[in-house]
Amino acid sequence: MIGIVLVSHSRALAEGAAELARTLGGGRAVVHAAGGDADGGLGTSPELVEAAIAAADDGDGVVLLADLGSSVLTCKLAAEDAAGRVALADAPFVEGAVAAASLAAAGADLAAVRAAAEDARNHRKIS
Amino acid sequence: MTALDVPAWIARAAERIAADADRLTRLDAAIGDGDHGHNLRRGFAAAAAALPGDGPPGRALIAAGRALVAQTGGASGPLYGTALRRAGKALGDAPEADAAGLAAALRAALDGVRELGGAAEGDKTMVDALAPAVAAYTEAVENGATLAAAATAAASAAERGAEATVPLRARKGRASYLGDRSVGHPDPGAASTALLLRALADTAGEEP
Repeated sequence: MIGIVLVSHSRALAEGAAELARTLGGGRAVVHAAGGDADGGLGTSPELVEAAIAAADDGDGVVLLADLGSSVLTCKLAAEDAAGRVALADAPFVEGAVAAASLAAAGADLAAVRAAAEDARNHRKIS
Repeated sequence: MTALDVPAWIARAAERIAADADRLTRLDAAIGDGDHGHNLRRGFAAAAAALPGDGPPGRALIAAGRALVAQTGGASGPLYGTALRRAGKALGDAPEADAAGLAAALRAALDGVRELGGAAEGDKTMVDALAPAVAAYTEAVENGATLAAAATAAASAAERGAEATVPLRARKGRASYLGDRSVGHPDPGAASTALLLRALADTAGEEP
């Protein structure tokens, strides 16, 4: 199954979004959080991101979602270093995570999970 | 001097960043999240500590870039880390970084930053200092300047580029959320890039 890693400047935000995505993904999706810096403060830790990718990957691959700035750049580098196995979705954080978890739990491949996350950008909330 | 002492450059860059860390953080507090100087001081200290004792200068840059990515925190870590790693890859296993080799390395660094960050000139980012510096360096070398003279031209161009970000409206990074309120402040990333190029000129100008 494709794993999902949520990278946020905030540990609480990453863990909360992961809980939501896991639940709305039917409880079967593998969603890991990599939030905050190494000390638990606000920031991005390349080390935590790498560890979360390793934990989420059962061999099928991992889709990354990032919130802002350094989270995005850190994920881009991680995806570049593991091209073909790890992909960064250009997606809204919460909606993209839920969409990705749903597709991953349904057995979709790396490209389809990433596309589902990116397509979440087009879902309007009102009307 | 016909070749750059790359480890000395990184060490000098770490010194200049540490000396100006409070100024960089103040610049960042105005339009960013106020951690640029603090982050870079930590990142470049780690980069200087990661330098291998010997071997080709390209390897030294790659080691320093890796340390920057791992230790900096903030968006400048991946960006400067990529710059140094790409520069190191451009130098390859060449035994020394001569004037022409450094031109290719600086160009690769700029390409790497543009690719990763997606910024163009005029977006009020480090690209506004790095792009004119690379252009000035390349032009000087093509006109037969020494490495030291070309590095000094690059440093001056970077400083002018950083100063020229003041009237710009940010289109990348946290400052871009401020829209017109980002106008009137220099970009902290361009300011730190100018320090790195000035450190290059310091190093290239010293006798071996």
